[in-house]
Amino acid sequence: MFRILALISIFSIALFAAGDASFEATKRELNIPAIIMFFIFVGGTLVITYWAAKRTKSASDFYTAGGGISGFQNGMAIAGDYMSAASFLGISGLVYLSGYDGLIYAVGFLVGWPVILFLMAEKLRNLGKFTFTDIAAYRLGQKEIRTLAAFGSLAVVTLYLIAQMVGSGKLIQVLFGLEYEYAVILVGVMMIIYVTFGGMLATTWVQIIKAILLLSGVSFMGFMVLQHFGFSFEALATKAVDSHAKGQAIMEPGGFISDPISAISLGMALMLGTAGLPHVLMRFFTVGNAKEARKSVVYATGFIGYFYLVIAVIGLGAIVFLNSPEGQQYFVDGKLFGGNNMAAIHLSHVVGGNVFLGFISAVAFATILAVVSGLTLAGASAISHDLYASVINPNASEEQEIRVSKISVIIIGIVGVILGIAFEQQNIAFMVGLAFAIAASANFPILFLSIYWSKLTTRGAFLGGLLGLLTAVVLVIVGPIVWVQILGNAEPLFPYKHPALFSVIIAFVGIWFFSITDKSQRAKDEAKAFEAQKVRAETGFGAAGAVDH
Amino acid sequence: MNDELVEKIKANPNYQTLIKKRTGFAIKLGIFVLVMFYAYILTIAFDPTVLGAKTGDGVMTIAFPIAAAIIIISFFTTLIYVRRANGEFEDLIEKVRKDVKDEL
Repeated sequence: MFRILALISIFSIALFAAGDASFEATKRELNIPAIIMFFIFVGGTLVITYWAAKRTKSASDFYTAGGGISGFQNGMAIAGDYMSAASFLGISGLVYLSGYDGLIYAVGFLVGWPVILFLMAEKLRNLGKFTFTDIAAYRLGQKEIRTLAAFGSLAVVTLYLIAQMVGSGKLIQVLFGLEYEYAVILVGVMMIIYVTFGGMLATTWVQIIKAILLLSGVSFMGFMVLQHFGFSFEALATKAVDSHAKGQAIMEPGGFISDPISAISLGMALMLGTAGLPHVLMRFFTVGNAKEARKSVVYATGFIGYFYLVIAVIGLGAIVFLNSPEGQQYFVDGKLFGGNNMAAIHLSHVVGGNVFLGFISAVAFATILAVVSGLTLAGASAISHDLYASVINPNASEEQEIRVSKISVIIIGIVGVILGIAFEQQNIAFMVGLAFAIAASANFPILFLSIYWSKLTTRGAFLGGLLGLLTAVVLVIVGPIVWVQILGNAEPLFPYKHPALFSVIIAFVGIWFFSITDKSQRAKDEAKAFEAQKVRAETGFGAAGAVDH
Repeated sequence: MNDELVEKIKANPNYQTLIKKRTGFAIKLGIFVLVMFYAYILTIAFDPTVLGAKTGDGVMTIAFPIAAAIIIISFFTTLIYVRRANGEFEDLIEKVRKDVKDEL
């Protein structure tokens, strides 16, 4: 079973990673202020890692920063995880390219938060220990559920990781004039250092500092853009419509989502996917109790919402400034230097000169590094906590578990670098969308039903979850992007780009069917154990404390 | 937690109030957010021109204030939930804890 799941994961990742070119980056002359900013940041984060390494002793310290992070700090760190390169560079680039459509993603990514809060946040905190799999396996068969959920986690983490590695490689290549391969290796090495030595504590603090710097940076950009238009959004929009080739069309939706099924399916993946991302869910275990877990969601939603609103201003600002006569210096052969994803980076040079460009570049690099570290830690936890310490060697000591975790970090780092280099030309946005679809189909239904449905059985969760995972993977392979664009067939076997609507329903129906038809004694015991689980999920009685997990 | 204690907590009136109030509240707010989001997504899916309607004589369309409103409303629904959960609901949990603290 192990080997089959591993093969499926590797095969699907290799297929998806072979997507089309996203943007071309060429080398540029050295940017001295950017390099100075970069070294200041790297030095600062290494100091944090050194500090964190001295404080990281137990498995709890390593996975969850000892559970001593406050709601505000955790909210910042979640916002940091969420304001990834795909959000900052990707959404501002989408607005620059096609106007309003970019905001549909921003809205979809954000509305996942209230849903996570109402349905999951406090229950996760009350039931879990280190990983979200702890909840799914709370009263079900440890081996089956942990194995499946760990592979679900690894699939999501790897897809997300490749996208971030490629994005960071391109960014550094453009900013520092470094070769793409060296850029990716640099990111990989730094990530391994942060995570192996500093664990969750260092990862959280790098995330918090980066969130503050990024929010300050985009605020300054938004302020400078609006100042130019006397703080009138209407005046900015009017000028943007004048400057953009599509004119008034940039003010309305219409580009990417062409049919109702795709729209609903994408909406479902964006919303439910958020509730199944392992590196985000893991953050609820770094706080002391359910009260702090709830607070952290409010702070995170506030910061992320504000960030997306400013991104809209930055995207429109980029349309105006980069399409002006002065903006021509950012174009090479009629194309934006470094591709459309670099719109926000060039805008930072327009509004703040070389020093501010250096600042934003360093922050963008920090963004990728922090997100990659969080992802790697989530992947390593799936291997060491869910597979090694719970399935392979249940008698493992804490030291052994941490050692396996650190080895996993190094392996994931190396795999990330290799895949990042191998799949330089793939489409980042597609990979992230797919990671969300798999999270929504494989992780969310098991997690949701294990919290709310007393009749859920191990057999139902395992078979239904596996069906959801396989459906998501297969529908993407036979869909328009892989089947037609990559494999070169004339017609897709499955007509829609987004599989979530179908795969999520199949997962839920599968889990329901294989649970209610399970008449075994184990199924009866599992249903009986639900009451105690529910009391603990609702009240937190018996939940792990802040200090000792 | 043994079965006896679970039964005792389940029978506790404060626990029952907590479950009833919190579940009802979470479901209402959840449905509100889902309806809001899917109304938006379905409008884009079936008739995107609706959101292209102008708000005045200029270029501004209703699509922008609507996106901003969904983001801001999402934030306020989380705030409303957490204020009640961290106040009223936590107080109820505290009361239940007091009733069973010897056996916890």
